[in-house]
Amino acid sequence: MSDDLAVEAHGLVKHFRTGKSVTRAVDGVDLAVRRGSVYGVLGPNGAGKTTAVRMLATLLRPDAGTASVLGHDVVRDADAVRSVVGLTGQYASVDEDLTGLENLVMLARLYGFTAPGARRRANDLMGAFGLADAAARQVKTYSGGMRRRIDLAASLVMSPEVLFLDEPTTGLDPRSRNQVWDIVRVLVDDGATVLLTTQYLEEADQLADRIAVIDHGKVIAEGTATQLKASVGEGSVQVRVAEADERPRAAEVVERVLGTAVVLAPDPTALSARVPEDGGDAVARLLPALAEAGVSVPEFSLGQPSLDEVFLALTGHETQDDSPTTESEVA
Amino acid sequence: MAERTGTRTDDENLATPEAAALREAIALDERPTRPSPVSATLTFAWRALLKIKHVPEQLFDVTVTPVIFTLMFVYLFGGAIAGSTEEYLQYLLPGILVQSVLFTTVYTGYTMNTDITKGVFDRFRSLPIWRPAPIVGALLGDTVRYTIASVVTLLLGLVLGFRPGGGVVGVLAGVVLLLVFSFALSWVFTILGLVLRSPNAVMGVSMLVLMPLTFASNVFVDPATMPGVLQGFVKVNPVTHLVTAERGLMAGTAGWDDVAWVLVAAVVLTAVLAPVTMRLYKNRS
Repeated sequence: MSDDLAVEAHGLVKHFRTGKSVTRAVDGVDLAVRRGSVYGVLGPNGAGKTTAVRMLATLLRPDAGTASVLGHDVVRDADAVRSVVGLTGQYASVDEDLTGLENLVMLARLYGFTAPGARRRANDLMGAFGLADAAARQVKTYSGGMRRRIDLAASLVMSPEVLFLDEPTTGLDPRSRNQVWDIVRVLVDDGATVLLTTQYLEEADQLADRIAVIDHGKVIAEGTATQLKASVGEGSVQVRVAEADERPRAAEVVERVLGTAVVLAPDPTALSARVPEDGGDAVARLLPALAEAGVSVPEFSLGQPSLDEVFLALTGHETQDDSPTTESEVA
Repeated sequence: MAERTGTRTDDENLATPEAAALREAIALDERPTRPSPVSATLTFAWRALLKIKHVPEQLFDVTVTPVIFTLMFVYLFGGAIAGSTEEYLQYLLPGILVQSVLFTTVYTGYTMNTDITKGVFDRFRSLPIWRPAPIVGALLGDTVRYTIASVVTLLLGLVLGFRPGGGVVGVLAGVVLLLVFSFALSWVFTILGLVLRSPNAVMGVSMLVLMPLTFASNVFVDPATMPGVLQGFVKVNPVTHLVTAERGLMAGTAGWDDVAWVLVAAVVLTAVLAPVTMRLYKNRS
């Protein structure tokens, strides 16, 4: 166990029985989330993201494996975990019949605030989340974006050190989505650790320091967004030389350094080549090598595959898979 | 990817007034200490009352159902069973009071299942509080509904000509005993609320439990004319003992054995069903 880690999971397993068939919703997941970072768990619907987070948040007992949050075991020391974790998601909701303010006052009371203290805390949060005008309205009358903000505010009543966000922006319009992203950035900037699940590659790319790609209950890739893209080896290098007659020499250098075929563009001064797997070092050596060969390079760019392409390459299927049948079923 | 060290950056996004307000609102000078079980439970009871305030329609059931039950059964059976509705009312009212209140206990399971379906319960389960608090608090809040149903039924009875010999004290004792038993019986419905998949399923199954429990008893008629097998069930049915105790208390002729029987039944129900409920609650997936 490392002090540096806010969330740690080893071999987490959870299966659900429906009749005779058993669904392995989470099938041996390892996670290591550094303190003060944003960790993205990326995967399509039914990949097991929510189930994994529910186990980390002590809502579900793992069938196998261990997990801890800030050093507290999620099974043996569940209450300690609950007191440092905030939770927002499809499954940890506020009461729609109550007003926004009443919900926050209730939660503040449940965290042990005194009655006046709870009211003050609730009012502060409503104001900060731009909900002051809606404080006295029942939550069921809130718009989607307001709803997501009150959910977030509810999970921040106690200023948690670790925050789990389960698909925080699913179904939101771009403006509301940006608001949620801004809130997450502020939290992390202030030292919180955030673990978020998402189906949106852009979201993981925007927010997360590290990403675990999860599919069929298993982590199929892990790393920074850049590493993930690079691991697929489908990035490409675009080189433009100053004079057309320098191109053959440039092509020779690129081919030697990267070890992949060079594509000569219709433009007589441009060429490109695929970056091989683990080709990061090679790319770094490329510019000096070109300079050494006496080729002047006014333009050099590294195009990366989108995370969508990454996901397709890793799983062999598209990300926006809405069918719940993607969970593996074994008899 | 930038290294996040927890220090403030000059990022434009994070320097907006909104971000500053957010920071200030989230920052916590001192962490409150965990609330006591009683305080947490009372907070959940407060929530149940807030729900009544915001959704007054839910009181429709506890006010209209007792009225319909009382009027219907008094005038439907009164003449045939007791010779006159007046006479029958004296016999029926304590029984119909029990039935009316017991029927409102199913909402405990219904609202709980609604909380689960909507994800509200999972938020509660993620809090560092005394684990039974959400359930016990909800049950306490529900006793307010039972009280309302009792008052409505009793007032209607008095208007129609119910004259309890036990006076105010007897009637109050009867209501308290009924509330205690209803609280205990509610654990049946918390279990159904946790086990079944939808609020409507909870409603359906709960009615299946309540129908035989209240009708196969001495609520409406003296069991003496019933066939032997049914009499056997009526005799062990806790509702029968509850109704007998209610009649006794309200008439001022109660024997302690009936009251004690009900109290023991309430304790046993709670002792057995509350732990089952908590087990289901903890291990819910």
